[in-house]
Order: sequence, then structure tokens, then C-alpha cells
Amino acid sequence: MSIAKRAVQLSALSKRFGAVEALQEMTLSVDEGELFGFIGADGAGKTTLLRILATLLLPGGGKAEVSGLDVVDSYRNIRRRIGYMPGRFSLYQDLTVEENLRFFATIFGTTISENYELIRDIYIQLEPFKNRRAGKLSGGMKQKLALCCALVHRPELLLLDEPTTGVDAISRAEFWQMLGRLKEQGITTLVSTPYMDEAALCDRIAFMQEGRLLAVETPSAITTLFRRPLFAIRARQTWQLITWLRSTTEAHSVYAFGRAVHYTAKCPGQTPDELLEALQRQGFTEVEVMRITPGIEDTFMALMESKTGEPDG
Amino acid sequence: MVKPVIFTDKLTRRFGDFIAVDELSFSVDKGEIFGFLGANGAGKTTAIRMLTGLLTPSTGAASVAGFDLYTESEKVKRNIGYMSQRFSLYDDLTVKENIRFFAGIYGLTDTAIREKSAKLLETLDLQHAANTLLRSLPLGWKQKLAFSVAILHEPKIVFLDEPTGGVDPITRRRFWDMIYEASEKGVTVFVTTHYMDEAEYCDRISIMVDGRVAALDTPEALKRQHGVESMNEVFINLARHDKTF
Repeated sequence: MSIAKRAVQLSALSKRFGAVEALQEMTLSVDEGELFGFIGADGAGKTTLLRILATLLLPGGGKAEVSGLDVVDSYRNIRRRIGYMPGRFSLYQDLTVEENLRFFATIFGTTISENYELIRDIYIQLEPFKNRRAGKLSGGMKQKLALCCALVHRPELLLLDEPTTGVDAISRAEFWQMLGRLKEQGITTLVSTPYMDEAALCDRIAFMQEGRLLAVETPSAITTLFRRPLFAIRARQTWQLITWLRSTTEAHSVYAFGRAVHYTAKCPGQTPDELLEALQRQGFTEVEVMRITPGIEDTFMALMESKTGEPDG
Repeated sequence: MVKPVIFTDKLTRRFGDFIAVDELSFSVDKGEIFGFLGANGAGKTTAIRMLTGLLTPSTGAASVAGFDLYTESEKVKRNIGYMSQRFSLYDDLTVKENIRFFAGIYGLTDTAIREKSAKLLETLDLQHAANTLLRSLPLGWKQKLAFSVAILHEPKIVFLDEPTGGVDPITRRRFWDMIYEASEKGVTVFVTTHYMDEAEYCDRISIMVDGRVAALDTPEALKRQHGVESMNEVFINLARHDKTF
């Protein structure tokens, strides 16, 4: 028997929908108090995984535990301990902000005031609109209300399925500030997102693709999985630069990053000066070549490439 | 002189007392990739609905693809392409049926539809999936197909409303390859996105705040004006002050 309790433990967890293997033998553990991110595109298996942990979907194979409790045998017990925010807005559109919150509190046998400390920061922003119907709220507000409803019974574990998808950059930043504050209150959070910039805000992240884990690490350590020398290249003509670099035999990967192009060579010996010279010979102007440290998105793409065997965009 | 593909002058839309779009004035040229940014609720959707001929403006002047938004909205609809993340193609139709359906809607002849379908399937390397139901296609392929279908009738301009939501970073970049290619061929691209790195791929950017255009320039110039390194910082600088819930 282990003494240190895991918040979540997956052992070879699998799930299949017809011919689609949504989750393939996923093994992973999350410690209590962690803010843990699942990073991946649509179809990576993020929703399936969170639904299994929320006891809304049965595992196909393997095992999943929440606070040491099996998601199949102890589903009733688990449901009292978790807060789940599904990807699709699923509050009652015809109830007001306050009615929704009171409804969820009542279901869990508690009251809004009992755990008000936990939701206060978020609820203060909603309070001016407490008599507005949930269906009439803006995207950012709906998201805040959904989070309040998931927190109202003070869960041990918070499961958030793409809470920031379709939400603008400012609301996204605010939402992540709230997650940081919940962490201080000792709540374990599992959050899924397609946004790479949010990965940096987690304690640990799992890169997911097609039902598999590509890597599980802290945001700072995960970039060490990027092995090749990486260059940021700029020129006046970005699109022509991308097209030309791809056409060269030396190129291993060529990806646009804002106005720059991130480039790796097949043979690691290529120097920035050689690249610069080659580009200038091709007639590119205002050329800059810089060796850079790979970021989280670079790493994710490199790991994707090595799985699919497709080296280039 | 070449006429702009989009031209608006003090374009305004009210809903009762609420001014959703307040005196929008800008123009977009042929082949330009124009990023249309703004926080949720800033008025982007209302502006796009007007520019695509779906919503009549309250006041102001505007033309799209050479047609007037008040008097020629049907012609506007026929001469633009449109794709959004929420609505693009039909899941219950096959790849081929989707192409035929949309080409038919835009009035292409049977011969043109046959030729263009074949060519499109070849370009996208989708011949093997021609008779596959759309729903069993990976999201990245769906988006590529949706974009290709949106410009099948060779419109002067294509509107892309958050076209890359939910896809992986490699697929997202492949999608942008298609945008660049279309732009090189002279198609004007009007695109909204929540990915601020994508904003940097645009020729020019406008940022809407509370129904108005708060900034309009090249990404480089906007970053310089705000003394910051990324479009994300520009966006947050501009939009934060007027954040309304």
C-alpha cells in the first residue's frame, strides 16, 4: 500500500469507439495539488480521458483511479469529490446566473455561502449580472459561471475540458490567473487545451496525439526533448523564405513562427553564417539568422514529426 | 486605379440602443491577408455578418467584391467565399458530394463541377477518400477541404472565421500555407483568429474594441507603436482597458 495519495492514477487505460482507438494504454499519475495540463489537438483523446475520470464514460481496458478510488467501482463516491467543466457550455440557459449556482450547490448538498471563499474572486465579477439568464452571457462570463458551478462544492479534483477554447486572449489570461489561485487553495486541477502558450502555466504537461502520450514533463524540462540545433530566420519575404527553405535538400523542418521561420537542418553541422550566405545568394533581403532555444510548441511539433514520420510541413 | 476588395466608410450597426459596430472605416486590397481581431463581444461577428451580406447596416457606406452592401447583398453573397469553424461542410455527405453541393450552390455548371472536383481531389491528395463520409475525415483534412471548397468558385475574397480552432500546430501551419497560396494567386483573405501568432502572418491587422477599430496597421508597425515584441502584447494593451463583461 502506498501512503502518498495520488490524485489521479492511470494504468494502461484504453478506450475504443468502433475502429477509433481514442486512448491507447495510457499510464500516468498526477500528484495532489498539481496543476496538470493535457496539450493536444481535437481527436487527441483529451475529452475521452476527462470523461472517464469524471465517471461519465467506462474505461475500455486498464484502470483509472481518482484519489485511490476506482472510477468504475466507486463512481458515486468520486462524483462527490470532483468538479467537472465539460467543453460544451452545459449550464441551464434559462436559469439566471444565481439560480444555476444555487442549483449546483443544492445537488451537492451544500450552499453558495458555505464555500464562498473558494469562488469569491470569480463570483464578484459575475455578481452584477446575477439575475441575467446564463444563455444571455458573453463567452468569457459563461466560462466563469461554469467554473463557479464546478467549484461550489469544494471538490478535491477539478477537471476542465478546454475551458479557454474560442475565448479571447484577455479572458484566457484571466482564467489562468484563477487556476493559479485555486492551486494555492490546494485543489488538484487537470485541464486540457489546444493552446501551446497555456502549457507554460502548468506544473506538468502531457503532450497527447491520437490517444497516446508523446511526453510528460514540466514545461521547462520538456523542451530538452528537442534534439536538433534550432534557428530563427527572418527575411523581408517570409512566404518565399519558407517555400525556398523547404525546397532545399538540407532542410529537416521549416515552420512559420510569427514573422520568423524556425528551421532545423538534417545535418547538424550547418552554421548560421552558412545559412545567411545561402539566403543572401538567393536574393533574400534583410536576412537574420539566429540560433535559438526551442520552445514548447517547437518541441510538440518535433515529437509529432518523430511519431508520424513526416518531417516537414 | 484598382478598386479595393472591401471598402467601408463609417459603417455602423445598431441593435436598439446598443451600437454593435460603430463607424467602421477601412479598405482591403486585392490579394491582401487581412487579420480581423477583437475580444469576444467587440463586434467582429456583427461586422462580418454585414460584410458577407447577411445583415443590413444601419448607416454608413460599404462595398465588398465591388458590390454595394445595401442594394446588392445577393451579389455580395455569390461573389465571396466563406468558411468558419462551426459551419463549413456537411458531415453526412461524402467528400465528393460536399464539393458538388457547394459548387452547385455557387452556380458552377456541371462540366465545371466535374473538372474542378477532380482537380481539387488531386491537389489535396484526397482521391482515395472521394466517397468517404466527411465525418470520418480527420479535422485537419476537413479544414483544408472546407477552405478549398470556399474558394472553388474563384471569389475575389474569402472570409475565414476562426478557421484553425482545435487543430494541432503542424496542421495549423499547413492551413496557413493554403492561405498564402491563395493570396499569391490574388485572392483577398479576411481572417479572424484567437491565435495571436497567426496575427503575425497577416499583411495588416485591425483590432476592434467596443465596436470601433482601435488599431489598424501592419503587425510590425503595431508592435513598434506599442513598443512590444509580440501581437499578443499589442492585443492585450488595446483590449484590456475596455473589457466589459
